[in-house]
Amino acid sequence: MPTLLLQVNGQKHEVTDVAPDTPLLWVLRDTLKLTGTKFGCGIEQCGVCTVHVDGVATRSCNYPVSQAVGKQVVTIEGLAGKDGTLHPLQQAWIDHDVAQCGYCQPGQIMQAAALLQRNPQATEAELMRGMSGNLCRCGTYKRIRDAITSAQAQLQSKGGAS
Amino acid sequence: MSSPDTHALLDRRGFLRVAALAGGGLSLAFLIDGSPLLAADEAKPAGAENFRPNGYLTISPDGTVTILSKNPDLGQGIKTTLPLIIAEELCADWKRVVVEQAPLNPALYGWQGAGGSTSVPSNYDNMRRAGAVARTLLVSAAAAEFGVPESECRAESGEVIHDITGRRLGFGALASKAATLPVPDAKTVVLKDRKDFSLLGRRVGGVDNKAVVTGALCYGIDVSLPGILYAAFVRCPAFGGKVKAANLDALRARPGVRKVFIVEGTGRDDELAAGVAIVADSTHLALSAADEAEITWDEDKACKDSWSGFAAKAAALSGEAGKEYQKSGDAKAALASAAKIIEASYTYPFVAHATMEPQNCTAHFSEGGLEIWTTSQNPGSGQDLVAKVLGIAKDKVRVHIIRGGGGFGRRLMNDYMAEAAFIAREAGVPIKLIHSRESDMTHDFYRAGGFHHLRGGIDGKGRLSGWTQHFVTFGQGGKDSRGAGMGAELFPLVVLPDRSVGKTLLPLGVPTGYWRAPGSCATAWVLESFLHELSAAAGRDHVEFLLELLGEPRWLPPANSGALHTGRSAGVIRLAAQKSGWGTPLPAGRGRGIAFHFCHQGYFAIVAEVTVGADRKLSVDRVVAVGDVGPIMNRSGAENQVEGSIVDGLSTLWLQAITFEEGRVQETNFQDYGLLRMAKAPRIETHFIESEYPPTGLGEPALPPLTPAVCNAIFAATGERVRTLPLVKAGFKA
Ligand code: FES
Ligand code: FES
Repeated sequence: MPTLLLQVNGQKHEVTDVAPDTPLLWVLRDTLKLTGTKFGCGIEQCGVCTVHVDGVATRSCNYPVSQAVGKQVVTIEGLAGKDGTLHPLQQAWIDHDVAQCGYCQPGQIMQAAALLQRNPQATEAELMRGMSGNLCRCGTYKRIRDAITSAQAQLQSKGGAS
Repeated sequence: MSSPDTHALLDRRGFLRVAALAGGGLSLAFLIDGSPLLAADEAKPAGAENFRPNGYLTISPDGTVTILSKNPDLGQGIKTTLPLIIAEELCADWKRVVVEQAPLNPALYGWQGAGGSTSVPSNYDNMRRAGAVARTLLVSAAAAEFGVPESECRAESGEVIHDITGRRLGFGALASKAATLPVPDAKTVVLKDRKDFSLLGRRVGGVDNKAVVTGALCYGIDVSLPGILYAAFVRCPAFGGKVKAANLDALRARPGVRKVFIVEGTGRDDELAAGVAIVADSTHLALSAADEAEITWDEDKACKDSWSGFAAKAAALSGEAGKEYQKSGDAKAALASAAKIIEASYTYPFVAHATMEPQNCTAHFSEGGLEIWTTSQNPGSGQDLVAKVLGIAKDKVRVHIIRGGGGFGRRLMNDYMAEAAFIAREAGVPIKLIHSRESDMTHDFYRAGGFHHLRGGIDGKGRLSGWTQHFVTFGQGGKDSRGAGMGAELFPLVVLPDRSVGKTLLPLGVPTGYWRAPGSCATAWVLESFLHELSAAAGRDHVEFLLELLGEPRWLPPANSGALHTGRSAGVIRLAAQKSGWGTPLPAGRGRGIAFHFCHQGYFAIVAEVTVGADRKLSVDRVVAVGDVGPIMNRSGAENQVEGSIVDGLSTLWLQAITFEEGRVQETNFQDYGLLRMAKAPRIETHFIESEYPPTGLGEPALPPLTPAVCNAIFAATGERVRTLPLVKAGFKA
């Protein structure tokens, strides 16, 4: 099997022993042991496997690992700053005590982070549309919404999300 | 190296042991009343280098308080709540508290489960006493240090303070001395006054929040061990089928596949089903091999059920009364004298649990014993099951309780534990079994569907006069299928003066189980929708109608913790009406509905406000929930449970149905078994009446009244009565 060169959370990984069509999700979880990215449906229906590929929120359950070669992959483990400073969304998630089981939350946060990165001024309706592919079985939507709104305000006051 | 070097004292009348730690500090083990005290070395898990207390709390010399949380957490927040109760009585500084999950050890902790909203009511007193004993010891230690009477010292936020001299000592400095003092009797130790609480009743964030948002929290599916392999398990699409033949060799020839074998099973879905096990180098390889499995099933004894067949049977039974199992007064006579009679049939479907984390389990069999990592809501019975299936002694099964990504009752069943244990023994290496979403959804223990035929009367004064009900549900030999019953204690049944409730049981092969608020989650919709049909037919205000039915404040039968207090019921109904603006006009196309339910010792009234557009586009705009579960432990966690229950209820009533044909479940993943999306989540307002009754749980009781409240609101908005769920099948679009 070919060696795949991956860039995940700023680190280079040489991955051997996986077929190029293996979903990125399982390479992250089983090979690189980055288990913060979750498995929920396997068919792009729930969003718990969301990571960033070159800044774009991507469902890793249905994204062949070979496509990630040459791109920057960021997972929930790589969202905080190098010094451990949490991303404003992560902090807002804590402040709003969003999680119940928490299983969907890494995916929710990665989705929201990509949305705000792309469109810091996103309206409430745009945010709702952008988040509609991320399911939460525990029903924490109200708090997710509040957390995104307050993180957005904080990012704006800091002069944009970029 | 270090271990509890002395038993400072064994209090044989009480149920508590305090030990000094070798490196200094105090460890407090709380034993279940009446159970034998553990031997000293049992407090130290085999092979543990650092001392890990087996009890509830440790105070180390640096002042860190480590509290073990005994019950599994699957999102209900108990890992925060139980330690918070201990910390309150201990007067700990919450910022210095570290919470860890306790392993399974029922001899020490009693039942370690998550079900029936029981964790708070059954542990509140014990946890308080554990904290209070430790606090009393610390205060005594400080008094001795200061050379003053204990009565002049008090504990606050991790310190003991002598106000007169202003002297203070931290818990860490006191712990070693405290561990040598006589242990006060836990039964008579002085507890704090509720008005002095500084932690309970406030908003406290979940102890695992940071781990959640950084992806560091270890769920069952994240457990990893050196040399681990990954397993998939393919069960017969028709429940109860066995393997006749399979393309085992072709599967074995696939890359990365290490082992493929047939599992005979025990013949029971709630133990170990038959199937084909595949062990491979990665989850992906195991799951893709499972997709390629070609299995010929022996379906002679398999389930042949069909949902449409049941619906036809139930319709044919609508004219009958069923076997009467609940009765009060004379329903026939009351109906005969009624001025108006309303008749209706209600149908709700089977539903799945669809926990966000699919069922999975990690196990390692070696030297005749099994170590297992499970997200079970009932790990103790999982241990029993595993021992039975493997034919080994229970003490050879060591169980680790791991955070679960949602439970809702699914994980009260332990099928995945039996599967993982069995596969691990065959594989000879640690394995992690993971079910795909499809496998999980088509092999659940479903909330049973049901059919109800009702007649109710209204007398000349607009009061309820007679109620008959024929409940067509599932079961055999006079016994309801798991979770498929309807108790006589439910509101409004328990207050109806003239009622006759009959039942017909249809035999069922589809496995059923406990689904959030079992027995109430579906029947509350029927009971409280029909009640609204009656009050509407009488031209009465529904709030007034409910209050009239409840009558004077009093306890109703049965005389146990399942008893309903009519005054507490009326209290939540009145407050919900007030907070929601009940009775104030709404524009055309909008409607308000109210419903009340009591279950799991919790009282909830919910008012829903909906808009129904011309094209039957439904929007649930606002939900006001009022609960009385006694004092609130953690306000943030409590509100989260209520908000979650409302969204869960709405997802279910709007979008979800499990159907089956030829014993095979038809819905397989979220594309045909939907969950509510964020944009459709309503505005939610939660209020609590913090009565002085003992605190009770919140995992379940807020859910049941949501469904009838929404359907009553749809009636108010449109005049249309919803009698079949889910709403999407009646054309209500999201
Ligand atoms: S697991 Fe990828 S979207 Fe559900
Ligand atoms: S918090 Fe449990 S699925 Fe979202």
